Amino acid sequence: MNEVREAVDWAAFPDMRGHFGPYGGRFVAETLMGALDELQAVYEKYMQDPEFLAELDTDLKQFVGRPSPLYHAERLSRELGGAQVYLKREDLDHTGAHKVNNTIGQALLAQRLGKTRIIAETGAGQHGVATATVAARLGLECVVYMGAEDIQRQSPNVYRMRLLGADVVAVKSGSRTLKDALNEAMRDWVTNVDNTFYIIGTVAGPHPYPAMVRDFQSVIGREARAQHLEMTGRLPDALVACVGGGSNAIGLFHPFLGDPSVEMIGVEAGGEGIATGRHSAPLCAGQPGVLHGNRTYLMEDEDGQIVATHSISAGLDYPGVGPEHAWLKDLGRATYVSVTDEQALRAFHRMTRTEGIIPALETSHAIAHVIDIAPRMRPDQSLIINLSGRGDKDLNTVAALEGMEL
Amino acid sequence: MSRIVGRFEETRASGRAALIPYVTAGDPAPEVTVPLLHDLVAAGADLLELGVPFSDPMADGPVIQLACERALAHGTRLRDVLEMVREFRRTDTDTPVVLMGYLNPVERMGHEVFVTAAAEVGVDGVLMVDLPPEESGDLSGLLEQAGLDPIFLVAPTTSEFRLRHVAAAARGFIYYVSLKGVTGSQNLDPAALGARLGAIRAISDLPLGVGFGIRDAATAAAVAQVADAVVVGSAIVRLAEQHPEAPERFRTAAAEVVREMRTAMDASRTAAPAAV
Repeated sequence: MNEVREAVDWAAFPDMRGHFGPYGGRFVAETLMGALDELQAVYEKYMQDPEFLAELDTDLKQFVGRPSPLYHAERLSRELGGAQVYLKREDLDHTGAHKVNNTIGQALLAQRLGKTRIIAETGAGQHGVATATVAARLGLECVVYMGAEDIQRQSPNVYRMRLLGADVVAVKSGSRTLKDALNEAMRDWVTNVDNTFYIIGTVAGPHPYPAMVRDFQSVIGREARAQHLEMTGRLPDALVACVGGGSNAIGLFHPFLGDPSVEMIGVEAGGEGIATGRHSAPLCAGQPGVLHGNRTYLMEDEDGQIVATHSISAGLDYPGVGPEHAWLKDLGRATYVSVTDEQALRAFHRMTRTEGIIPALETSHAIAHVIDIAPRMRPDQSLIINLSGRGDKDLNTVAALEGMEL
Repeated sequence: MSRIVGRFEETRASGRAALIPYVTAGDPAPEVTVPLLHDLVAAGADLLELGVPFSDPMADGPVIQLACERALAHGTRLRDVLEMVREFRRTDTDTPVVLMGYLNPVERMGHEVFVTAAAEVGVDGVLMVDLPPEESGDLSGLLEQAGLDPIFLVAPTTSEFRLRHVAAAARGFIYYVSLKGVTGSQNLDPAALGARLGAIRAISDLPLGVGFGIRDAATAAAVAQVADAVVVGSAIVRLAEQHPEAPERFRTAAAEVVREMRTAMDASRTAAPAAV
């Protein structure tokens, strides 16, 4: 395995056309190809532009609150009796999740392209809130597409988006969740491509989105790497992050790809259990196909129709995954596991009671896996969990499961 | 010569634009599709576009989304669609059939298996909405080897640079998406259309079909004056929605729409060409 880890020039991917090995690419209707070419050109230009990068850096410091802390969860580590657990505190980012790292960057690109209208899809509402936030700050019109079912289970975030001036559109087609919101955002974009910038919230979609979102989120891993080195004098043994589309995971993993000793583990939503079929774990239980502009692992039936997914967390309830994760899985550079709704819920409570940090249900999947593996590691080893978001938005869901109404 | 090329030679020779109705296979029920295709031909269709239902039709408006949902609710799969073409070909060996849909069902079946089966049952062209020429090398090559035409879209947003690329990859005809939007939108601008088609003709000799905003006979007639073919989808498919319990009434109504368009298109070509 270390041979693969040392042989690949990770910075060379994706290729010019957005391919990560057999994955990624640009599978969209012709109407959008011009806009994607334009976006790729502007993204490549400004990622080399010192002035743009300085502005991004200032925004990340002053508006988002970066760098986010790397926190040694000593009590949890002691209880688990194994590896030292560190939390990369993306829950402390403005708006409460890592999503804003990316929306800040894309909104600055939208400004440079002269676009006056922003659209986005959202599942848990975290990306929608992060988009509405930057749109409010820059005075841009904002429309957020959200599955009708997700609007029900994430109502606090819906209200936040509306307070921020966004038009939240309930998507009632298909399974009424994140994938359908993405379909509807694509339809909007194809119709309003002249004045509209589509801020995709994850490392999926047509090229250049998977690469661009990764680059904006990689600030997480760059900071975590430097912070861990400073705190312990060494690199962590493992990185653990939840994976829906996979933006928080790739953000943490990417800057460590060239460190062969660092294990990377992505945790998918096992829902009611992989065997039941009611889950959202394409890397664990799906196969490669083409959806939403890229080739990647998907949850589909024998005819290639996308099947309904299930997860307690709206943000992981998606039948695809970013193409770079698909590639890292095939190469064996990262491994992907799943955690059930029930395990995630137990981890949610444990983190809250043990460390005084209420994590998002998405993040709780990563925590659940660490609760499982940390005891089998030595106390002189360490791992970093990407604490990708805070759990305030999930209080209604958790309370309802316990028979309470807030 | 492919059936598609042959058919365009005929329509060009007779000085008329081809009419290409689109229906979603299996909508409103699988047993309706083959008789419906025959009805459409009898009413004046020159080519047929048969939609392969997909769970996530991203480039389609609500009318065709719902058609996909109805067809999938009846369990219409890609292999069923191929069988429908086989059935259609038993009595019609002249009318070209183009399969239109999204890539994933074809990916799942496997490119080679799909192309072999499509050629065997009598499919003439394949248009995958989410497969631009850049990503189509493998499938296009197999289609051409099997004598099938890979059909590609050109949009109002397609640059001249890209247009050359698409034209080089396309066979049969070029499908010009007449507007920025999803299928069934209603803001086609005939004036802009004529100029745009002229620009495409400067680069490609392929016949030009126009679709995505043809809502009635008058629009079809206007487009027929500047295009080689008129593609009409949502205006027919929405009739299936209106007759959920009466498939024979849907067939009658769909044929009536095609007949009206045919009449209006032929009249507009006979009359002195108006500025459109």
